[in-house]
Amino acid sequence: MSITAADTDLMQQPAPEAEPRSALGRLLRDPGRVWGYIGIPIVVVASWIAVYRWIAGLELDSIEQRWLNADRVSRAIIEHIQLSLAATVLVIVIAVPLGIMLTRPFAKPLTPLFIGLANIGQAIPSVGLLFFLALPFLLGIGPRTAIVGVVAYCLLPVLRNTMVGIQQVDRALIEAGRGMGLTRGAVLARIELPLAVPVILAGIRTALILTVGTMVLATFINAGGLGDLINGGIVNNRTPVLLTGAVLTAGLALLIDWIAGIAEEVLRPRGL
Amino acid sequence: MEHMIRLDELTKRFPGQLAVDSVSMDIPEGEIVVFVGPSGCGKTTTLKMINRLIEPTSGRIFLEDEDVTRINADRLRRRIGYVIQQIGLFPHMTIASNIATVPRTLGWDKQRIAERVDELLELVGMDPEAYRDRYPKELSGGQNQRVGVARALAADPAVMLMDEPFGAVDPITRERLQNEFLRLQDEVNKTICFVTHDVDEAIKMGDRIAIFGDDHGIQQFDTPEMILSHPANEFVEDFLGSGAALKRLHLRRVREVALTAWPAAGVAEDRDTLREKLEDSEQSFLLLLDEQRQPVRWVSRRDLERGEGRMADRGLPVAAIIEPHATLHDALDEMITSNVGCAVVVDREGAYQGVVDIDPVMTAVNTLRAELRERLAVGSWHAVPTETVEEGTS
Repeated sequence: MSITAADTDLMQQPAPEAEPRSALGRLLRDPGRVWGYIGIPIVVVASWIAVYRWIAGLELDSIEQRWLNADRVSRAIIEHIQLSLAATVLVIVIAVPLGIMLTRPFAKPLTPLFIGLANIGQAIPSVGLLFFLALPFLLGIGPRTAIVGVVAYCLLPVLRNTMVGIQQVDRALIEAGRGMGLTRGAVLARIELPLAVPVILAGIRTALILTVGTMVLATFINAGGLGDLINGGIVNNRTPVLLTGAVLTAGLALLIDWIAGIAEEVLRPRGL
Repeated sequence: MEHMIRLDELTKRFPGQLAVDSVSMDIPEGEIVVFVGPSGCGKTTTLKMINRLIEPTSGRIFLEDEDVTRINADRLRRRIGYVIQQIGLFPHMTIASNIATVPRTLGWDKQRIAERVDELLELVGMDPEAYRDRYPKELSGGQNQRVGVARALAADPAVMLMDEPFGAVDPITRERLQNEFLRLQDEVNKTICFVTHDVDEAIKMGDRIAIFGDDHGIQQFDTPEMILSHPANEFVEDFLGSGAALKRLHLRRVREVALTAWPAAGVAEDRDTLREKLEDSEQSFLLLLDEQRQPVRWVSRRDLERGEGRMADRGLPVAAIIEPHATLHDALDEMITSNVGCAVVVDREGAYQGVVDIDPVMTAVNTLRAELRERLAVGSWHAVPTETVEEGTS
């Protein structure tokens, strides 16, 4: 079939602009967003430097010296990141497959049950949940309990976003896929999941920030983290210690959100 | 093999509701069969039972004489092309991967898939170089529709199912896509089931039409000619609406009738030559063509005499332009809106071929009527071979 005059007209209809092919190109597409990407780390690092300089200029007493030394602070940061990452990985490993399963027709009757459980996990005040789990005849104190508690608390956004992400995929696409002879599994892997990725990633981002924030409570069950600094500052009435813990936690949450934002942009399927 | 598809008392009952009531139908190889009827008549359900997206409650489906009612549905569907109204291109895949969906599932190697993708893009009139790596949202609606057809043809299935494939595009694009699709069908010669709710589309596209009624069964299954001239019952008659004679014009194409020669001249020729040409003819307008012989203006004697300016700016623009594969119905439509009472026919490159005026249309109407009468008198009815028509009209 050759191309006719009428075809040529059709071809010349203005088609939407082609999308930048590289991830960097897409990141830089919108100048307004570039400031967001550069601005947040600058603000975070600047606030950390400011607090550091302020503390460096202070005469620290023995209690403050015990808390505010490189060893103690870096250990708190590393513990906090480790705990948060472990919890987030667990959340993803549990909530994403569960969310996928609950969108399959056979699991429909189970959906209210699991959503209900996840709701309970999030509705119970997180401190209460942690203390409850830390009871000696349950999990006892320690990092393991902190991770379990925070996972229970942060499950819901990932679970719900996974389900919503898959459910919002246009039914016509699924019908087209099935109609061409793709199996249910192939439709899930090649159509539903890729198209749900942006929504699932948004859920994971929410869970990450929740995790970093909530993990401060780990200190109360002797699981370490930046909560140690904050709590230590409060109980010893030492503002520099409290402030260091608070600024580090807030900055860490912002940085992780920043990284997750970039990951969202890069991992988003092209063509959407 | 006598029939490509055979439906044997196919019935679908949804909870509390009958959707399709015992439909039996034989679909010959290489024909386009259109399912048409009001909403909720069961035409789409019947279509989707052929590839078993909807499993029949009872009855059997045969494809190439093989009973496929119980075989693996996924494997069955890979043998059947499927086009839906929403097109359903996967937005996160390039045009090439969209087209490659079924071949990849069938395990073709990369080289073969790449070649097939390019071949299909060319078949639907799109430049592979320019389009294969684009995403669906970077294409217009009409282009996406072509890709949808290319994707359905990817593994070269013998059968295609099309569920209101041109329902979601604007009327002008729809007409182009219909004509293009008919041209494509001449090349690929698939057996096609096509659902629409538009009677005109059914008459234009169908080798045979199945009219579904409110009772979820087939009211009439026959060629468009027969349905238009001999509606089986009152329902069919009502559904066809008025103007059956006019609708019959969908059955003849411009290339099947003799074109009228019209005085035409190059836009660059001098005024005296143009005047001479116009006077030699019996017409009151002269058709001006550009260097590529594409029609540009209608000029009258007054336009020739009057004013200075370029010849290309005088007279009236040529609006009613059609291609040889357009139907006489399209031609009549254009003719009525044209300012000189005829439609200009151009070839695929847009070059002037001739014009169609009202006479060949009237002849075609009369011939169609006479042919029908004759065939009915003989008592044997077969689809009208198009070759016989030209003799009748010339």
